Amino acid sequence: MFNFSTQALFGQLLVGLINGSFYAILSLGLAIIFGLLNIVNFSHGALYMMGAFMAYFGLTFLGIGYWPALILSPLIVGVFGVVIEVLLLRRLKGLDHLYGLLLTFGLALIIEGLFRNAYGVSGQSYPVPDLLQGGLNLGFMFLPYYRGWVIVAALTVCFAVWFIIERTKLGAYLRAGTENAAIAQALGINVPMLTTLTYGLGVALAAFAGVLAAPIFQVNPVMGSDIVIVVFAVVVIGGMGSIMGSIISGVSLGIIEGFTRLIYPEASAVVIFVIMAIVLLVRPAGLFGKAA
Amino acid sequence: MTTDNALEISGLHAYYGESHVLHGIDIHVRRGELVTLLGRNGSGRSSTIRSIMGLVGRRVGSIRIAGQETIGMPPHRIARLGVGWCPEERGIFSTLSTEENLALPPRARGEGLSIDELFEMFPNLKERRNSPGTKLSGGEQQMLAIARVLRTGADILVLDEITEGLAPVIVKRIGEVVRKLKSLGYTMLLAEQNFVFAAPLADRHYVIEEGHVVMEVAHHELEAKMGKLNELLGV
Repeated sequence: MFNFSTQALFGQLLVGLINGSFYAILSLGLAIIFGLLNIVNFSHGALYMMGAFMAYFGLTFLGIGYWPALILSPLIVGVFGVVIEVLLLRRLKGLDHLYGLLLTFGLALIIEGLFRNAYGVSGQSYPVPDLLQGGLNLGFMFLPYYRGWVIVAALTVCFAVWFIIERTKLGAYLRAGTENAAIAQALGINVPMLTTLTYGLGVALAAFAGVLAAPIFQVNPVMGSDIVIVVFAVVVIGGMGSIMGSIISGVSLGIIEGFTRLIYPEASAVVIFVIMAIVLLVRPAGLFGKAA
Repeated sequence: MTTDNALEISGLHAYYGESHVLHGIDIHVRRGELVTLLGRNGSGRSSTIRSIMGLVGRRVGSIRIAGQETIGMPPHRIARLGVGWCPEERGIFSTLSTEENLALPPRARGEGLSIDELFEMFPNLKERRNSPGTKLSGGEQQMLAIARVLRTGADILVLDEITEGLAPVIVKRIGEVVRKLKSLGYTMLLAEQNFVFAAPLADRHYVIEEGHVVMEVAHHELEAKMGKLNELLGV
């Protein structure tokens, strides 16, 4: 069982870190959205896919390259999210969780359906930017530059978001609103606007992940629904609404998944769900969540 | 419209879903005045306070703050008219440090007290500035809830049960703070169960029962109306 090469070991560690980086950004977005809006954003995967497609459209139709797309795509999808929040999600305030779940799930189906109608399910390829072509032979393994960049970029963005939430005034508004929106608002904080911006930010993070993913995976209308199921499991394990929890559990579950692929490949697709089941039995609020 | 009244409530009805909790409240508070809302548990004191902040399900009638109608305003705009609210549950955020709690509310209008002035007024808070807000004692949390709204420049303070569950020595200290704020010219509306605490501080009292104002007593009438008050409040 354990007769694998160091080459394979580090290879899987890298794949695990890459996947973990995507899990971390996506679950971070879900966590801040859930914290303030109390909505489990089932359209997260579709918006991640939209992020990748915006980069693809930019390159194909307008000649806009990877680096500008890394900024523009999250902005465009973020604005789309703001519109969704103002027109639709805002009306669900005070209703049961189920309504938010149904609405965002329906949106995901619509968005995905539209892209599927136009592009089918065979993916479009997106090139690795010139600057990050090639890789580095570390001796024990080969590290493609782009993959290294994805890990660094994802973790930097996660840390930046954590810093904004935990260490700035805007973040204090967000934490207060998450803890008790009614009191925060009656103290003068414009909670409705904060809510809109938070949804926009969460969605922009998904789009950012989508652009990062475009050169690694294909740009594909179903790429979102493939990853989002795992991301929901990650969020459940980390604890709904916990910022640091979603980052740490995202990265570590990616790595665990990678190692499982090495030791017992057949289990790699289910290992995260097994962990989720165990966590739910032992700590229903998640590893980093506070018990309700 | 005279703006002599900092707060003027007329014909206020409030509802939480199906339940009708206030049945036509009429109250006014003049600038610089300290007025209490007395009444038994469940009489509608806190609902009146929450209605002023726009936190009940639905409200009908009129609530004028500094002459401005607020019945259709969202809570954050009401706060920004200069209304500082101390919630009954104190509303200290556990995910924020003491200092972050203190600095949280955006400035409402004019110059509020600075953080340094507030630390001077409430030295305990300074010592514990980096502790999470809810790690403070009940009394300290109450001081924090009061200090927090003083920083915003709010000049109308709406204080909901600020002595509830606190030791007599802390209640005495809060009494001193309220007296000091009155001398500084703040307008205050105080929902209070503790009549002994409220009686010597207030200019006027309203007694609320079943969502109505059933009695209004000025400070100088207290002695004469004590019998009736006892009957209503069961003190």
